[in-house]
Amino acid sequence: MTHAAKLLQKPWIWAYLAAILVWILTVSVTGGSSAIGLTHAAFTFASFAVIVGTGQMLVITLGPGNIDLSVPATMTLAGTVALKVMAVDNTMILPGLLIAIGIGIAVGSANYALIKLLRIPPIIATLCMSFLVQSTAIWTNRGLRVKPPPALAEFATSSPLGIPNVALVALLITLGAWVLLERSLYGRWITAIGQSMAAARMAGIPVDGARALTYVICAVLASVAGYLLASFSGGAALNMGAEYLLMSIAVVVIGGTSVAGGYSNVPGIWGASLFMFLVVSMLNTYGLGAGFRMIMTGVIIIAVILLASRRQTSSP
Amino acid sequence: MSLRPSVDAMRLVVPTLALTALLAAVFWLQPRAMSYMGLNLLFNLAVPIALATLAQMFILAVNNLDLSIGAFVSFAACVSATFLQSTPLIGVLILLAAIAAYAAIGAVIHLRNLPSIVVTLGMSFVWTGLAVLLLPAPGGSPPDWARSLMTTKPPLVPMAIVASVIIALIAHLIVTRSSLGVLIRGVGGNERSVERAGWSVLWAKTAAYALAGTFAVAAGIALVGLTTSADANIALRYTLLSIAGVILGGGEFVGGRVSPVGAVIGALTLTLAASFLSFMRISPDWQIGAQGAILIIVLALRLFLNRLERQEGRA
Repeated sequence: MTHAAKLLQKPWIWAYLAAILVWILTVSVTGGSSAIGLTHAAFTFASFAVIVGTGQMLVITLGPGNIDLSVPATMTLAGTVALKVMAVDNTMILPGLLIAIGIGIAVGSANYALIKLLRIPPIIATLCMSFLVQSTAIWTNRGLRVKPPPALAEFATSSPLGIPNVALVALLITLGAWVLLERSLYGRWITAIGQSMAAARMAGIPVDGARALTYVICAVLASVAGYLLASFSGGAALNMGAEYLLMSIAVVVIGGTSVAGGYSNVPGIWGASLFMFLVVSMLNTYGLGAGFRMIMTGVIIIAVILLASRRQTSSP
Repeated sequence: MSLRPSVDAMRLVVPTLALTALLAAVFWLQPRAMSYMGLNLLFNLAVPIALATLAQMFILAVNNLDLSIGAFVSFAACVSATFLQSTPLIGVLILLAAIAAYAAIGAVIHLRNLPSIVVTLGMSFVWTGLAVLLLPAPGGSPPDWARSLMTTKPPLVPMAIVASVIIALIAHLIVTRSSLGVLIRGVGGNERSVERAGWSVLWAKTAAYALAGTFAVAAGIALVGLTTSADANIALRYTLLSIAGVILGGGEFVGGRVSPVGAVIGALTLTLAASFLSFMRISPDWQIGAQGAILIIVLALRLFLNRLERQEGRA
């Protein structure tokens, strides 16, 4: 088998090919002048989707029915509280981050506690939790828009190495997630749980511990994304997480992770996140209105899923 | 199915208890709510939510999950507030085409063995996009018949409750008394055995999606009849509310175990929860949170009762 053919077998390659195609289509319209700016923007905005999507991917890997719907609320709460605690003070940047992570740990633990204690499907448990978290965020926010500390805002919006800082952070996180999934015992555990929870239990895998940890990691990543997004956009807004609910699921699935669980795919998340942003900017460049843009986004998601299913059925 | 009526009845105990308790609490806090007008206000928005919940129920019955209900109800509401009002024939055709599209989605999901969550996620963008094209800004006006239907004042009991009971009855007949309903639940219970028994799983899923589409269209029309105008985001929260309503009403994610009466009760409970909180003078900040808390309490109660039931079964 040639190298190229081997590459085409990878489940994540399609997301990248699609992203590159859309990039070319966009740049060809704008006459190449926007190539650098577009790439830069794509990496910046894709980063937030990548961070949230990585957490969601770990949860989805746990098997059918495992989806964290509390992601947007967690992002909003972490962003709001962190900015409030930091109070535009540069020395508080680290404590602010720690508080955001603490919120993630709390929400993630509460999520799994609900799933386990009430024996309810994760979708419903995280939905209940997201209501509570969203309310807490509304209560703490009170319509105030606190600015991020200047140094943090500078960090989140600049790109001294040519690559946006947020993209570097997202890259580090995905590298970590890859090592965790492919090289650590924990990664083997959650993959096994996703393939068959009963079998995993019989094999002596600490199923509850691994699942709880996964929900915590997902909530922590959502918190970090919220913290960065709030710093990037100059303040937390109550609806800032809203679009990341559907986005996080879409990115995971387009990236080649199996929705049925048991098979995850880290590189695909980057391809899919870039693709999702580039599609929107392509439709913008073509001067299509918001309505057409959404229709096209939906059609593309479904088309990707259809293609992916053909791929799976054709290869044994 | 009447072999074990106690199980089906048990399923309705918790939702009914929750609804009664909430209603009692509301009356205790605000005795004036115990009137025709009071009940009408309390359950004002219940009808569209109940219809959307039933739509979700049909999807859950075949072990799928629909993340596009809210967007679809918004789209139906936008069509109702524009075409259905100005040129009824075109409006009806659009809505019928939308239901057909829903059925087609069900067929494609089954034929290609796609994850329903992702396909409906994609469709939610499509429906919202179409709704934005129809009504870029909030507006439109309801068809006169929808308006008068939703604002009818039947004697003794307010319209919202009468309508909920009728809707629940219709859905109950479809699910438990029609062969289609049995087939749909059978697919949810064990797809393979339904197939081996010579039934078409494809037809069952297509029909389930078509039913869901029909109920969701009804939800959109009812919503416009109540609010008198529509916008593209008017019902987005129905997606999560409808899932919560089905589960609250004793339905389950897998196994074709759904209860239409329970689903309507679940939807009423969620509607009432919002009214209850405003009576409690809970700050609006906490209203969503309190809905989550009520959901958690009801689910905990259900777990408790299920355990009791199991213990009795063993004894």
